[in-house]
Amino acid sequence: MDELIKRAKELLEAGTVKVVIGYENGSADKTRALFAIEPKDADKLIFDSRCVMNLATYITKAEVKGKGKMAITATLPVMRAIIQLASEFQVNDSNLLVLGITPESKMIEFKDLAEVEAFVHKYTIEIEAKYSEKLEKLDKMTPSERWSFWIEELSPCFKCYACRAACPMCYCHKCTVEFNQPQWIPVPSHDLGNLEWHMMRAIHLAGRCIDCDACYNACPLGIPLNLLTKRMLIDAKEHFGGYQPSIKADHLMSTYKPDDKDNFIM
Amino acid sequence: MAEFEPKIVAFVCNWCTYAGADLTGTSRIKYASNVRIVRFPCTGRIDYMLLVKAFDEGADGIIVSGCHPNDCHYTSGNFHARRRWIMFRSLCDFIGIDIRRIKFSWVSAAEGAKWADIVNSTVAAIRELGPYEEYQKVAKKPVKEVING
Repeated sequence: MDELIKRAKELLEAGTVKVVIGYENGSADKTRALFAIEPKDADKLIFDSRCVMNLATYITKAEVKGKGKMAITATLPVMRAIIQLASEFQVNDSNLLVLGITPESKMIEFKDLAEVEAFVHKYTIEIEAKYSEKLEKLDKMTPSERWSFWIEELSPCFKCYACRAACPMCYCHKCTVEFNQPQWIPVPSHDLGNLEWHMMRAIHLAGRCIDCDACYNACPLGIPLNLLTKRMLIDAKEHFGGYQPSIKADHLMSTYKPDDKDNFIM
Repeated sequence: MAEFEPKIVAFVCNWCTYAGADLTGTSRIKYASNVRIVRFPCTGRIDYMLLVKAFDEGADGIIVSGCHPNDCHYTSGNFHARRRWIMFRSLCDFIGIDIRRIKFSWVSAAEGAKWADIVNSTVAAIRELGPYEEYQKVAKKPVKEVING
């Protein structure tokens, strides 16, 4: 991505931005986040198919935000996350410049977040076929089969909270799991603690998750926890007519329609 | 052991269902005594985690009830709650929590008889389903013997 490196250098040299967030080579053939502050740091920037981590998770962090205006290399899921964060007043035009990378691996620099939104809206959020198959299989099970499936799947979880750290939407300074008065989520990673943590995560992401799979990619145990958020995404579509992050709109769970349909309230 | 008496926790709003349950009493309508009512300012205040906690603590069934749509004391609390219930119920179903054990209803302050019906039908349904052993096994709390509901 010579173009990307060139542009990052220009921005840093001119002082337009104080930090460029991108990917660099990490250990064991993996990529990691790069925070380029000096123009020469930008030489390390890379972009390839291994770059799956959602960089938008860093733009809400005080250590990064505090440096001044940020520029971020953003793939489509990252751009979606940025728009969702903008709608939640976490970022705005004055502190973020988006260097977009299209699904065709072309670089486009966006003038402002409204342009990013227009770009993002060209693509709908689709659940990948391999996941919809899994979801369908789960839907066909009886509730108690699903219960055993989830208790089994969640049992290896040792609550490292990598899913939370990787998620761009999990930016609360104090997360529910850190509250101990009252203790909402049991601290130990036994079946109940794991179940409640993952339920809480899924419900807090309902109507906000942009389906980037960062949580799943970050999980050291490969727990299919993204199935939970995907389920929420499908339900949001089914009940509240689709979901696409938008700067001006309220997210689905903070708004309502007087004629929302339900079929279970007596 | 005596016949299984389900433990039901009811999360109700102050303005409609709680007043409705009060009316059930003042109208001298008899209904099952298995229900423990927890009063909230509004259905919008009923955090889904509280429902989960009720199961943790050994509830066999849950009733969540508030004002009919458009009747909320705070204008829109129940509309927000409804969206949350839709998503929460679906998540519970997906995780495998028995959603037959969670009943949602709208009961106004004038519907004392409806409240009695809802409690009675829920208790009957839960009695049929039996204790929620599946969840209690995971929650690993000692199941105490229920004395007369």
